[in-house]
Amino acid sequence: MPNTPVVAEKTAIEVRNLHFFYGTFKGLKDINLNIAEHKVTAFIGPSGCGKSTLLRTINRMYSLYPGQRAEGQIKLYGQDILDPGQDLNLLRARVGMVFQKPTPFPMSIYDNIAFGVRLYENLNRSDMDDRVEWALSKAAIWNEVKDKLGQSGLSLSGGQQQRLCIARGIAVKPSVLLLDEPTSALDPISTGKVEELISTLKNDYTVVIVTHNMQQAARVSDYTAYMYLGELIEFGRTEAIFMKPNRQETEDYITGRFG
Amino acid sequence: MDLNIYRRRRLANQVGLTLSMIAMALGLFVLLWILFVLFKNGLQSIDWAMFTQSTPAPGSEGGGLANAIVGSLMIVATTALVSTPIGILAGVYLAEYGDQSKTASVTRFVTDIMLSAPSIVLGLFVYAIWVAQAKHFSGWAGSMALSLIAIPVIVRTTENMLRLVPGSLREAAFALGAPRWKVATMITLRAAQTGVITGLLLALARISGETAPLLFTALNNQFFSLDMNAPMANLPVVIFQFAMSPYDNWVRLAWGGALLITLTVLFLNILARVFFRDKVQS
Repeated sequence: MPNTPVVAEKTAIEVRNLHFFYGTFKGLKDINLNIAEHKVTAFIGPSGCGKSTLLRTINRMYSLYPGQRAEGQIKLYGQDILDPGQDLNLLRARVGMVFQKPTPFPMSIYDNIAFGVRLYENLNRSDMDDRVEWALSKAAIWNEVKDKLGQSGLSLSGGQQQRLCIARGIAVKPSVLLLDEPTSALDPISTGKVEELISTLKNDYTVVIVTHNMQQAARVSDYTAYMYLGELIEFGRTEAIFMKPNRQETEDYITGRFG
Repeated sequence: MDLNIYRRRRLANQVGLTLSMIAMALGLFVLLWILFVLFKNGLQSIDWAMFTQSTPAPGSEGGGLANAIVGSLMIVATTALVSTPIGILAGVYLAEYGDQSKTASVTRFVTDIMLSAPSIVLGLFVYAIWVAQAKHFSGWAGSMALSLIAIPVIVRTTENMLRLVPGSLREAAFALGAPRWKVATMITLRAAQTGVITGLLLALARISGETAPLLFTALNNQFFSLDMNAPMANLPVVIFQFAMSPYDNWVRLAWGGALLITLTVLFLNILARVFFRDKVQS
Protein backbone atom coordinates (compact mmCIF):
# COMPACT_ATOMS: atom_id res chain seq x y z
CA MET A 1 0.00 0.00 0.00
CA PRO A 2 1.95 3.05 -1.13
CA ASN A 3 1.20 6.11 0.84
CA THR A 4 2.98 9.33 0.09
CA PRO A 5 3.69 10.91 3.45
CA VAL A 6 2.52 14.45 3.87
CA VAL A 7 4.84 16.65 5.85
CA ALA A 8 5.28 20.26 6.83
CA GLU A 9 1.54 20.92 6.97
CA LYS A 10 -0.76 20.57 9.91
CA THR A 11 -2.91 17.46 9.68
CA ALA A 12 -6.62 17.92 10.34
CA ILE A 13 -7.77 14.36 9.80
CA GLU A 14 -5.81 11.14 10.07
CA VAL A 15 -7.36 8.00 8.64
CA ARG A 16 -5.75 4.81 9.95
CA ASN A 17 -6.45 1.21 8.89
CA LEU A 18 -10.00 2.07 7.96
CA HIS A 19 -12.26 -0.76 6.81
CA PHE A 20 -15.90 -0.23 5.94
CA PHE A 21 -18.73 -2.72 5.65
CA TYR A 22 -22.17 -2.56 4.02
CA GLY A 23 -23.55 -5.60 5.81
CA THR A 24 -21.11 -8.27 4.73
CA PHE A 25 -19.84 -6.40 1.67
CA LYS A 26 -16.52 -4.70 2.23
CA GLY A 27 -16.71 -1.18 0.85
CA LEU A 28 -13.32 0.10 2.00
CA LYS A 29 -10.14 -1.87 2.54
CA ASP A 30 -7.42 -0.63 4.86
CA ILE A 31 -7.44 3.07 4.02
CA ASN A 32 -4.62 5.23 5.39
CA LEU A 33 -4.23 8.90 4.62
CA ASN A 34 -3.73 12.31 6.16
CA ILE A 35 -5.89 15.27 5.25
CA ALA A 36 -4.09 18.57 5.59
CA GLU A 37 -5.61 21.52 7.37
CA HIS A 38 -6.83 24.42 5.20
CA LYS A 39 -6.19 22.54 1.98
CA VAL A 40 -8.51 20.98 -0.56
CA THR A 41 -8.24 17.21 -0.78
CA ALA A 42 -9.99 15.45 -3.66
CA PHE A 43 -11.10 11.81 -3.83
CA ILE A 44 -11.31 10.52 -7.39
CA GLY A 45 -11.96 7.15 -8.97
CA PRO A 46 -14.57 5.25 -10.99
CA SER A 47 -18.14 4.74 -9.72
CA GLY A 48 -18.34 2.34 -6.81
CA CYS A 49 -14.69 2.78 -5.84
CA GLY A 50 -15.62 3.90 -2.33
CA LYS A 51 -14.81 7.60 -2.53
CA SER A 52 -18.25 8.69 -1.28
CA THR A 53 -18.16 5.94 1.34
CA LEU A 54 -14.87 7.31 2.63
CA LEU A 55 -16.29 10.84 2.71
CA ARG A 56 -19.37 9.69 4.64
CA THR A 57 -17.24 8.11 7.34
CA ILE A 58 -15.69 11.49 8.19
CA ASN A 59 -19.01 12.84 9.55
CA ARG A 60 -20.34 9.38 10.46
CA MET A 61 -23.27 9.86 8.06
CA TYR A 62 -23.32 6.11 7.60
CA SER A 63 -24.38 5.71 11.25
CA LEU A 64 -27.92 6.65 10.19
CA TYR A 65 -28.18 3.28 8.51
CA PRO A 66 -28.15 0.07 10.47
CA GLY A 67 -25.93 -2.53 8.84
CA GLN A 68 -23.22 -0.08 7.85
CA ARG A 69 -20.13 0.03 10.04
CA ALA A 70 -16.53 1.17 10.03
CA GLU A 71 -13.45 -0.30 11.68
CA GLY A 72 -10.15 1.43 12.30
CA GLN A 73 -9.51 4.99 13.28
CA ILE A 74 -10.34 8.43 11.98
CA LYS A 75 -8.74 11.12 14.06
CA LEU A 76 -10.09 14.64 13.85
CA TYR A 77 -7.41 16.79 15.49
CA GLY A 78 -6.29 13.76 17.46
CA GLN A 79 -9.71 12.62 18.62
CA ASP A 80 -11.02 9.31 17.27
CA ILE A 81 -14.46 10.00 15.83
CA LEU A 82 -15.20 6.33 15.27
CA ASP A 83 -15.29 5.93 19.04
CA PRO A 84 -18.77 4.58 19.93
CA GLY A 85 -19.03 7.31 22.57
CA GLN A 86 -18.64 10.07 19.97
CA ASP A 87 -21.62 12.45 20.00
CA LEU A 88 -22.75 12.46 16.37
CA ASN A 89 -24.60 15.77 16.46
CA LEU A 90 -21.57 17.60 17.85
CA LEU A 91 -19.32 15.87 15.30
CA ARG A 92 -21.57 16.94 12.42
CA ALA A 93 -21.63 20.50 13.71
CA ARG A 94 -17.81 20.47 13.31
CA VAL A 95 -17.75 18.56 10.02
CA GLY A 96 -20.20 20.04 7.53
CA MET A 97 -21.38 18.36 4.36
CA VAL A 98 -22.79 19.42 0.99
CA PHE A 99 -24.48 16.84 -1.18
CA GLN A 100 -24.63 15.95 -4.85
CA LYS A 101 -28.15 17.23 -5.35
CA PRO A 102 -29.06 20.61 -3.83
CA THR A 103 -31.21 20.04 -0.76
CA PRO A 104 -32.74 23.35 0.33
CA PHE A 105 -35.05 22.95 3.31
CA PRO A 106 -38.73 23.77 2.76
CA MET A 107 -38.42 27.20 4.40
CA SER A 108 -37.23 30.70 3.55
CA ILE A 109 -33.69 31.42 2.34
CA TYR A 110 -32.98 33.18 5.64
CA ASP A 111 -34.25 30.26 7.71
CA ASN A 112 -32.29 27.78 5.60
CA ILE A 113 -29.14 29.46 6.92
CA ALA A 114 -30.44 30.19 10.42
CA PHE A 115 -31.71 26.63 11.01
CA GLY A 116 -28.25 25.17 11.55
CA VAL A 117 -26.95 28.19 13.47
CA ARG A 118 -29.85 28.07 15.94
CA LEU A 119 -29.00 24.47 16.80
CA TYR A 120 -25.82 25.44 18.60
CA GLU A 121 -25.85 29.20 19.09
CA ASN A 122 -28.21 31.62 20.72
CA LEU A 123 -27.92 34.78 18.63
CA ASN A 124 -30.09 37.85 18.84
CA ARG A 125 -31.86 39.06 15.74
CA SER A 126 -29.17 41.44 14.50
CA ASP A 127 -26.31 38.99 15.15
CA MET A 128 -28.28 36.37 13.25
CA ASP A 129 -28.84 38.80 10.39
CA ASP A 130 -25.09 39.41 10.29
CA ARG A 131 -24.35 35.70 10.32
CA VAL A 132 -26.79 35.01 7.49
CA GLU A 133 -25.28 37.81 5.40
CA TRP A 134 -21.76 36.59 6.20
CA ALA A 135 -22.50 33.01 5.17
CA LEU A 136 -24.35 33.99 2.00
CA SER A 137 -21.52 36.38 1.05
CA LYS A 138 -18.93 33.67 1.65
CA ALA A 139 -20.88 31.38 -0.63
CA ALA A 140 -20.96 34.13 -3.29
CA ILE A 141 -24.73 34.27 -3.46
CA TRP A 142 -25.53 37.27 -1.25
CA ASN A 143 -25.99 39.70 -4.13
CA GLU A 144 -28.43 37.38 -5.84
CA VAL A 145 -30.67 36.77 -2.82
CA LYS A 146 -30.31 39.78 -0.51
CA ASP A 147 -33.63 41.23 -1.66
CA LYS A 148 -35.58 38.01 -1.29
CA LEU A 149 -34.41 36.42 1.95
CA GLY A 150 -38.02 35.71 2.88
CA GLN A 151 -38.68 33.64 -0.23
CA SER A 152 -38.61 29.87 -0.21
CA GLY A 153 -35.21 28.30 -0.79
CA LEU A 154 -36.92 26.09 -3.35
CA SER A 155 -37.60 29.12 -5.58
CA LEU A 156 -33.89 29.44 -6.50
CA SER A 157 -32.21 27.89 -9.53
CA GLY A 158 -30.21 24.67 -9.14
CA GLY A 159 -26.86 26.45 -9.03
CA GLN A 160 -28.15 29.00 -6.52
CA GLN A 161 -29.67 26.25 -4.39
CA GLN A 162 -26.30 24.51 -4.24
CA ARG A 163 -24.51 27.69 -3.17
CA LEU A 164 -27.29 28.20 -0.59
CA CYS A 165 -26.49 24.72 0.74
CA ILE A 166 -22.80 25.59 0.91
CA ALA A 167 -23.69 28.80 2.76
CA ARG A 168 -25.83 26.75 5.13
CA GLY A 169 -22.88 24.43 5.72
CA ILE A 170 -20.40 27.20 6.51
CA ALA A 171 -22.84 29.28 8.58
CA VAL A 172 -22.40 26.93 11.53
CA LYS A 173 -18.60 27.50 11.27
CA PRO A 174 -17.42 23.92 11.03
CA SER A 175 -13.71 23.18 10.81
CA VAL A 176 -14.08 20.68 7.97
CA LEU A 177 -16.34 20.87 4.93
CA LEU A 178 -17.16 17.68 3.02
CA LEU A 179 -18.38 18.11 -0.56
CA ASP A 180 -19.94 15.05 -2.20
CA GLU A 181 -19.87 15.70 -5.96
CA PRO A 182 -21.19 19.21 -5.36
CA THR A 183 -21.33 20.21 -9.05
CA SER A 184 -22.50 17.04 -10.78
CA ALA A 185 -26.09 18.32 -10.97
CA LEU A 186 -25.10 21.83 -12.12
CA ASP A 187 -24.59 23.56 -15.46
CA PRO A 188 -21.05 24.70 -16.45
CA ILE A 189 -21.51 28.31 -15.33
CA SER A 190 -22.80 27.34 -11.89
CA THR A 191 -20.01 24.76 -11.69
CA GLY A 192 -17.45 27.49 -12.35
CA LYS A 193 -18.90 29.61 -9.56
CA VAL A 194 -18.86 26.74 -7.08
CA GLU A 195 -15.26 25.86 -8.03
CA GLU A 196 -14.14 29.45 -7.46
CA LEU A 197 -15.89 29.31 -4.15
CA ILE A 198 -14.06 26.13 -3.13
CA SER A 199 -10.70 27.80 -3.74
CA THR A 200 -11.59 30.65 -1.39
CA LEU A 201 -13.13 28.39 1.24
CA LYS A 202 -9.84 26.67 2.00
CA ASN A 203 -8.55 29.79 3.72
CA ASP A 204 -10.92 29.06 6.58
CA TYR A 205 -11.87 25.42 6.23
CA THR A 206 -10.33 22.07 5.53
CA VAL A 207 -12.15 20.96 2.39
CA VAL A 208 -12.60 17.39 1.21
CA ILE A 209 -14.28 16.92 -2.16
CA VAL A 210 -15.45 13.83 -3.99
CA THR A 211 -15.64 14.31 -7.73
CA HIS A 212 -16.22 12.35 -10.89
CA ASN A 213 -14.61 15.06 -12.89
CA MET A 214 -10.84 14.75 -13.04
CA GLN A 215 -10.32 18.22 -14.47
CA GLN A 216 -12.21 19.54 -11.49
CA ALA A 217 -9.95 17.67 -9.09
CA ALA A 218 -6.93 19.06 -10.92
CA ARG A 219 -8.33 22.59 -10.82
CA VAL A 220 -9.47 22.89 -7.22
CA SER A 221 -7.47 20.47 -5.09
CA ASP A 222 -4.07 20.52 -3.41
CA TYR A 223 -4.04 16.80 -2.70
CA THR A 224 -5.65 13.97 -4.62
CA ALA A 225 -6.48 10.42 -3.62
CA TYR A 226 -7.14 7.90 -6.38
CA MET A 227 -9.33 5.02 -5.26
CA TYR A 228 -10.36 1.81 -6.96
CA LEU A 229 -12.54 -1.06 -5.70
CA GLY A 230 -12.45 0.12 -2.12
CA GLU A 231 -8.70 0.60 -1.99
CA LEU A 232 -6.61 3.72 -1.91
CA ILE A 233 -4.30 3.27 -4.89
CA GLU A 234 -2.35 6.48 -4.70
CA PHE A 235 -2.38 9.64 -2.65
CA GLY A 236 -0.24 12.73 -2.97
CA ARG A 237 0.02 16.31 -4.16
CA THR A 238 -2.39 16.95 -6.99
CA GLU A 239 0.38 18.06 -9.44
CA ALA A 240 2.27 14.87 -8.74
CA ILE A 241 -0.77 12.62 -9.17
CA PHE A 242 -1.74 14.25 -12.46
CA MET A 243 1.72 14.89 -13.95
CA LYS A 244 3.79 12.01 -12.70
CA PRO A 245 1.77 9.28 -10.95
CA ASN A 246 3.76 6.51 -9.31
CA ARG A 247 1.31 3.77 -10.10
CA GLN A 248 0.34 2.49 -13.53
CA GLU A 249 -3.35 2.17 -12.49
CA THR A 250 -3.50 5.85 -11.58
CA GLU A 251 -1.97 6.87 -14.88
CA ASP A 252 -4.39 4.66 -16.82
CA TYR A 253 -7.36 6.25 -15.08
CA ILE A 254 -6.13 9.81 -15.37
CA THR A 255 -5.25 9.53 -19.02
CA GLY A 256 -8.65 8.00 -19.75
CA ARG A 257 -7.39 4.58 -20.75
CA PHE A 258 -9.56 3.17 -18.01
CA GLY A 259 -12.52 4.32 -16.05
CA MET B 1 -42.68 -9.81 -39.93
CA ASP B 2 -45.70 -11.78 -38.78
CA LEU B 3 -48.75 -9.55 -39.00
CA ASN B 4 -50.84 -12.16 -37.18
CA ILE B 5 -48.98 -11.43 -33.93
CA TYR B 6 -49.74 -7.75 -34.37
CA ARG B 7 -53.41 -8.41 -35.19
CA ARG B 8 -53.82 -10.67 -32.19
CA ARG B 9 -52.28 -8.08 -29.94
CA ARG B 10 -54.53 -5.38 -31.34
CA LEU B 11 -57.57 -7.57 -30.77
CA ALA B 12 -56.51 -8.31 -27.18
CA ASN B 13 -56.05 -4.59 -26.67
CA GLN B 14 -59.55 -3.83 -27.96
CA VAL B 15 -61.15 -6.51 -25.80
CA GLY B 16 -59.30 -5.28 -22.72
CA LEU B 17 -60.20 -1.68 -23.43
CA THR B 18 -63.87 -2.51 -23.95
CA LEU B 19 -64.08 -4.50 -20.73
CA SER B 20 -62.50 -1.74 -18.67
CA MET B 21 -64.77 0.86 -20.28
CA ILE B 22 -67.82 -1.22 -19.33
CA ALA B 23 -66.54 -1.56 -15.77
CA MET B 24 -65.97 2.17 -15.56
CA ALA B 25 -69.40 2.97 -16.99
CA LEU B 26 -71.01 0.63 -14.49
CA GLY B 27 -69.27 2.31 -11.55
CA LEU B 28 -70.02 5.77 -12.83
CA PHE B 29 -73.64 4.87 -13.52
CA VAL B 30 -74.23 3.70 -9.97
CA LEU B 31 -72.54 6.79 -8.56
CA LEU B 32 -74.62 9.12 -10.71
CA TRP B 33 -77.77 7.19 -9.82
CA ILE B 34 -77.06 7.62 -6.12
CA LEU B 35 -76.38 11.31 -6.55
CA PHE B 36 -79.49 11.76 -8.68
CA VAL B 37 -81.82 10.13 -6.14
CA LEU B 38 -80.12 12.03 -3.34
CA PHE B 39 -80.46 15.41 -5.00
CA LYS B 40 -84.01 14.73 -6.17
CA ASN B 41 -85.21 13.89 -2.67
CA GLY B 42 -82.84 16.01 -0.67
CA LEU B 43 -82.84 19.37 -2.45
CA GLN B 44 -86.52 20.07 -1.71
CA SER B 45 -86.02 19.63 2.01
CA ILE B 46 -83.07 21.97 2.30
CA ASP B 47 -84.43 25.23 3.60
CA TRP B 48 -83.70 27.77 6.30
CA ALA B 49 -85.72 25.88 8.93
CA MET B 50 -83.45 22.86 8.50
CA PHE B 51 -80.58 24.87 9.97
CA THR B 52 -82.52 26.75 12.63
CA GLN B 53 -85.01 24.25 14.09
CA SER B 54 -84.32 21.07 15.97
CA THR B 55 -85.62 17.62 15.07
CA PRO B 56 -89.42 17.49 15.41
CA ALA B 57 -91.24 15.26 17.88
CA PRO B 58 -93.27 12.37 16.45
CA GLY B 59 -96.42 13.65 14.83
CA SER B 60 -95.50 17.34 14.94
CA GLU B 61 -95.12 19.43 11.81
CA GLY B 62 -92.00 20.96 10.26
CA GLY B 63 -88.78 20.90 12.20
CA GLY B 64 -85.14 20.92 11.17
CA LEU B 65 -81.77 19.37 11.83
CA ALA B 66 -80.05 22.14 13.81
CA ASN B 67 -79.35 19.93 16.83
CA ALA B 68 -77.99 17.14 14.64
CA ILE B 69 -75.81 19.46 12.56
CA VAL B 70 -74.29 21.09 15.64
CA GLY B 71 -73.89 17.70 17.33
CA SER B 72 -72.15 16.22 14.32
CA LEU B 73 -69.83 19.23 14.08
CA MET B 74 -68.93 18.97 17.78
CA ILE B 75 -68.34 15.23 17.67
CA VAL B 76 -66.27 15.42 14.48
CA ALA B 77 -64.29 18.44 15.72
CA THR B 78 -63.47 16.65 18.98
CA THR B 79 -62.43 13.62 16.99
CA ALA B 80 -60.13 15.77 14.87
CA LEU B 81 -58.58 17.33 17.98
CA VAL B 82 -57.96 13.91 19.55
CA SER B 83 -56.86 11.91 16.54
CA THR B 84 -54.69 14.48 14.74
CA PRO B 85 -51.86 14.67 17.29
CA ILE B 86 -51.95 10.96 18.06
CA GLY B 87 -52.07 9.97 14.40
CA ILE B 88 -49.33 12.35 13.28
CA LEU B 89 -47.01 11.51 16.17
CA ALA B 90 -47.43 7.79 15.55
CA GLY B 91 -46.83 8.32 11.82
CA VAL B 92 -43.66 10.30 12.58
CA TYR B 93 -42.51 7.53 14.87
CA LEU B 94 -43.04 4.87 12.18
CA ALA B 95 -41.32 6.83 9.41
CA GLU B 96 -38.53 8.60 11.29
CA TYR B 97 -37.68 6.55 14.35
CA GLY B 98 -38.76 2.95 14.25
CA ASP B 99 -37.57 2.15 10.77
CA GLN B 100 -36.95 -1.53 11.25
CA SER B 101 -37.65 -1.96 14.93
CA LYS B 102 -39.94 -4.63 16.30
CA THR B 103 -42.23 -2.06 17.94
CA ALA B 104 -42.69 -0.29 14.63
CA SER B 105 -43.58 -3.40 12.67
CA VAL B 106 -46.06 -4.46 15.36
CA THR B 107 -47.57 -0.95 15.32
CA ARG B 108 -47.81 -1.06 11.54
CA PHE B 109 -49.50 -4.47 11.65
CA VAL B 110 -52.02 -3.40 14.29
CA THR B 111 -52.74 -0.18 12.40
CA ASP B 112 -53.47 -2.16 9.25
CA ILE B 113 -55.90 -4.38 11.14
CA MET B 114 -57.58 -1.30 12.63
CA LEU B 115 -57.86 0.19 9.14
CA SER B 116 -59.98 -2.70 7.97
CA ALA B 117 -61.85 -3.32 11.24
CA PRO B 118 -65.64 -3.02 10.75
CA SER B 119 -66.75 0.24 12.34
CA ILE B 120 -69.59 -1.49 14.17
CA VAL B 121 -67.01 -3.52 16.09
CA LEU B 122 -65.23 -0.33 17.18
CA GLY B 123 -68.60 1.13 18.25
CA LEU B 124 -69.41 -1.97 20.23
CA PHE B 125 -66.00 -1.83 21.87
CA VAL B 126 -66.47 1.74 23.06
CA TYR B 127 -69.98 0.82 24.20
CA ALA B 128 -68.60 -2.03 26.30
CA ILE B 129 -65.70 -0.20 27.91
CA TRP B 130 -67.28 3.23 28.30
CA VAL B 131 -71.01 3.61 27.75
CA ALA B 132 -71.97 0.43 29.61
CA GLN B 133 -69.72 1.42 32.53
CA ALA B 134 -70.90 5.05 32.68
CA LYS B 135 -74.48 3.86 32.18
CA HIS B 136 -75.31 6.66 29.74
CA PHE B 137 -74.63 7.51 26.11
CA SER B 138 -72.49 10.59 25.41
CA GLY B 139 -70.93 12.74 22.73
CA TRP B 140 -67.50 12.03 24.20
CA ALA B 141 -67.97 8.31 23.66
CA GLY B 142 -69.04 9.03 20.08
CA SER B 143 -65.87 10.99 19.49
CA MET B 144 -63.80 8.19 20.95
CA ALA B 145 -65.36 5.63 18.62
CA LEU B 146 -64.77 7.88 15.62
CA SER B 147 -61.18 8.52 16.76
CA LEU B 148 -60.53 4.80 16.68
CA ILE B 149 -61.48 4.87 13.00
CA ALA B 150 -59.63 8.07 12.13
CA ILE B 151 -56.32 7.43 13.91
CA PRO B 152 -55.14 4.48 11.78
CA VAL B 153 -55.98 6.40 8.60
CA ILE B 154 -53.95 9.39 9.77
CA VAL B 155 -51.08 7.20 10.96
CA ARG B 156 -50.70 5.46 7.63
CA THR B 157 -51.06 8.56 5.43
CA THR B 158 -48.59 10.48 7.62
CA GLU B 159 -46.09 7.64 7.43
CA ASN B 160 -46.50 7.24 3.68
CA MET B 161 -46.14 10.98 3.06
CA LEU B 162 -43.01 11.17 5.22
CA ARG B 163 -41.54 8.27 3.29
CA LEU B 164 -41.94 10.26 0.09
CA VAL B 165 -39.57 12.92 1.44
CA PRO B 166 -36.21 12.22 -0.20
CA GLY B 167 -33.59 10.74 2.10
CA SER B 168 -31.13 13.39 0.91
CA LEU B 169 -33.15 16.11 2.66
CA ARG B 170 -33.04 14.15 5.90
CA GLU B 171 -29.27 13.59 5.52
CA ALA B 172 -28.74 17.28 4.81
CA ALA B 173 -30.41 18.19 8.10
CA PHE B 174 -28.48 15.55 10.03
CA ALA B 175 -25.28 16.83 8.40
CA LEU B 176 -25.76 20.15 10.21
CA GLY B 177 -25.79 18.34 13.54
CA ALA B 178 -29.55 18.49 14.01
CA PRO B 179 -30.98 15.98 16.49
CA ARG B 180 -33.53 13.52 15.16
CA TRP B 181 -36.61 15.14 16.69
CA LYS B 182 -35.67 18.45 15.09
CA VAL B 183 -35.11 16.82 11.71
CA ALA B 184 -38.51 15.15 12.00
CA THR B 185 -40.50 18.20 13.09
CA MET B 186 -38.73 21.06 11.31
CA ILE B 187 -37.66 19.41 8.07
CA THR B 188 -39.42 16.22 7.01
CA LEU B 189 -42.84 16.93 8.51
CA ARG B 190 -42.70 20.39 6.99
CA ALA B 191 -41.72 19.00 3.61
CA ALA B 192 -44.60 16.52 3.79
CA GLN B 193 -47.18 18.87 5.29
CA THR B 194 -49.50 19.11 2.29
CA GLY B 195 -49.74 15.33 2.05
CA VAL B 196 -50.31 15.03 5.78
CA ILE B 197 -53.07 17.66 5.76
CA THR B 198 -54.69 15.93 2.80
CA GLY B 199 -54.69 12.72 4.81
CA LEU B 200 -56.33 14.52 7.73
CA LEU B 201 -59.09 15.91 5.53
CA LEU B 202 -59.75 12.51 3.99
CA ALA B 203 -59.89 10.91 7.44
CA LEU B 204 -62.46 13.53 8.51
CA ALA B 205 -64.46 12.85 5.34
CA ARG B 206 -64.36 9.17 6.13
CA ILE B 207 -65.71 9.51 9.68
CA SER B 208 -68.30 12.22 9.07
CA GLY B 209 -70.71 9.67 7.59
CA GLU B 210 -70.09 6.83 10.03
CA THR B 211 -73.31 5.68 11.67
CA ALA B 212 -72.71 2.35 13.36
CA PRO B 213 -70.18 3.54 15.95
CA LEU B 214 -72.42 6.45 16.92
CA LEU B 215 -75.49 4.23 17.42
CA PHE B 216 -73.70 2.60 20.34
CA THR B 217 -72.12 5.70 21.77
CA ALA B 218 -73.61 9.15 21.12
CA LEU B 219 -77.01 7.66 20.29
CA ASN B 220 -79.32 10.58 19.56
CA ASN B 221 -80.99 13.49 21.26
CA GLN B 222 -84.29 14.96 20.27
CA PHE B 223 -83.36 18.31 21.73
CA PHE B 224 -80.70 20.89 21.08
CA SER B 225 -77.78 20.12 23.40
CA LEU B 226 -74.18 21.24 23.66
CA ASP B 227 -73.41 18.81 26.48
CA MET B 228 -70.81 16.34 25.25
CA ASN B 229 -71.41 14.28 28.38
CA ALA B 230 -74.99 13.50 27.39
CA PRO B 231 -76.57 11.71 24.44
CA MET B 232 -76.01 13.88 21.40
CA ALA B 233 -77.92 14.34 18.18
CA ASN B 234 -75.90 13.72 15.02
CA LEU B 235 -76.71 13.54 11.35
CA PRO B 236 -75.98 9.87 10.59
CA VAL B 237 -78.12 8.48 13.41
CA VAL B 238 -80.92 10.97 12.70
CA ILE B 239 -80.91 9.86 9.08
CA PHE B 240 -81.00 6.23 10.18
CA GLN B 241 -84.01 6.78 12.45
CA PHE B 242 -85.92 9.27 10.33
CA ALA B 243 -85.59 7.55 6.97
CA MET B 244 -87.51 4.50 8.15
CA SER B 245 -90.16 6.42 10.09
CA PRO B 246 -93.81 6.70 9.00
CA TYR B 247 -93.78 10.54 9.20
CA ASP B 248 -93.38 12.41 5.95
CA ASN B 249 -91.51 15.36 7.45
CA TRP B 250 -89.05 12.97 9.13
CA VAL B 251 -88.36 11.17 5.89
CA ARG B 252 -87.87 14.48 4.13
CA LEU B 253 -85.40 15.65 6.80
CA ALA B 254 -83.51 12.36 6.47
CA TRP B 255 -82.98 13.03 2.77
CA GLY B 256 -81.91 16.59 3.50
CA GLY B 257 -79.40 15.36 6.09
CA ALA B 258 -78.06 12.74 3.69
CA LEU B 259 -77.51 15.38 1.03
CA LEU B 260 -75.85 17.65 3.59
CA ILE B 261 -73.37 14.94 4.62
CA THR B 262 -72.64 14.08 1.00
CA LEU B 263 -71.96 17.70 0.15
CA THR B 264 -69.69 18.05 3.18
CA VAL B 265 -67.69 14.97 2.23
CA LEU B 266 -67.53 16.16 -1.36
CA PHE B 267 -66.30 19.55 -0.16
CA LEU B 268 -63.62 17.96 2.04
CA ASN B 269 -62.44 15.80 -0.87
CA ILE B 270 -62.26 18.76 -3.23
CA LEU B 271 -60.48 20.81 -0.58
CA ALA B 272 -57.94 18.00 -0.11
CA ARG B 273 -57.33 17.78 -3.86
CA VAL B 274 -56.98 21.51 -4.37
CA PHE B 275 -54.67 21.76 -1.40
CA PHE B 276 -52.48 18.93 -2.60
CA ARG B 277 -52.34 20.12 -6.20
CA ASP B 278 -51.50 23.73 -5.37
CA LYS B 279 -48.67 22.83 -3.06
CA VAL B 280 -47.20 20.15 -5.29
CA GLN B 281 -46.94 22.67 -8.12
CA SER B 282 -45.41 25.49 -6.11
